[in-house]
Amino acid sequence: MGLLSAAAFAAGLVLSAGSTLAEGADHGPIRQFELNRYIPINLWGFDASFTNASLYMVAAFTIITFFLTSAMRTGALVPSRLQSMAELTYKFIHDTVRENVGDEGMHFFPLVFSLFIFVLVLNLLGMIPIPGVTFTVTSQIVVTAALALLVIAIVIVYGLYMHGLGFFKLFAPSGVPMWLLPLLIPIEVISFISRPVSLSVRLFANMLAGHIALKIFAGFIGTLLAAGAWALLSPVPMALTVGLTALEVLVAVLQAYVFAVLTCIYLSDAVHGAH
Amino acid sequence: MAAETIEIAKQTALAGKFIGAGLAAIGTGAAGVGVGTLFGQFLAGALRNPSAADGQRGTLLLGFALTEALGIFALLIALLLLFAV
Repeated sequence: MGLLSAAAFAAGLVLSAGSTLAEGADHGPIRQFELNRYIPINLWGFDASFTNASLYMVAAFTIITFFLTSAMRTGALVPSRLQSMAELTYKFIHDTVRENVGDEGMHFFPLVFSLFIFVLVLNLLGMIPIPGVTFTVTSQIVVTAALALLVIAIVIVYGLYMHGLGFFKLFAPSGVPMWLLPLLIPIEVISFISRPVSLSVRLFANMLAGHIALKIFAGFIGTLLAAGAWALLSPVPMALTVGLTALEVLVAVLQAYVFAVLTCIYLSDAVHGAH
Repeated sequence: MAAETIEIAKQTALAGKFIGAGLAAIGTGAAGVGVGTLFGQFLAGALRNPSAADGQRGTLLLGFALTEALGIFALLIALLLLFAV
């Protein structure tokens, strides 16, 4: 429970729940997900402290802004290395949105691009080990849930705006025999409701499990080094940790991409309505 | 006597926790089957028609991430049982 309540603090939006924050302190692998309040702020009973999560989000925002503006400042016809990085990222998401939502959904491109690059930079920042500071913001369910709820709220609002009540035909696919509908509609409704859940839990669980696995394997090195002659075996978990780090970087990029693609697929429902 | 009973109950609960975590971790193996099927089928298709393979790499990675996430869900339950319950 300590883990979940620590997660609940991440955005600084949740009421202060007292001492539950420090509960997980003794457990090694999950200590990295603890929030430290750098500047305690209390806004009308809400705990809005400046935490390490806030620090990482501000850092991500700064890096993204600095990277994109400095890369595109010259706007050269023949791009420099930095500029082609920014352009490739832009084009990659541009193509993804066009492929999955279509031309009529291109005004959602800024949303998808922001989500992608924010999640990507937060994931990758979490992979840089800085003793005592390193923190992966996307390993907090409250952050990913907020992003997923934003996406699903936009889908519902835009779908109702575009198609009116016809948006609900989404739950009754065309060409299905009438007698099957009472069975199918609840299934479709449940599958729609589980979208934000799976979208947020997928990202959060991947980051959480990856970082716990890294920490456990890294812990084996220390345990072996302290165990006399067994220290000869310590390069084995070391090699595993290096391999796992590479896998985690892949997962960090892949999960940001998956988040963007699934956002596109859900938005496509809102743009095109029932098929 | 009472203290002993409480101690036994605690140890049983602990044992149940570890057994539950072990059972939950079986799910990661099922995800392994899924990822194996995914890449195996992709390779089989790609070897039959190599020119079409490049266009499907994005779909492959998406399928990999979606499948792997299910295994991670199972692992998450195991980790929650170990560290958070």
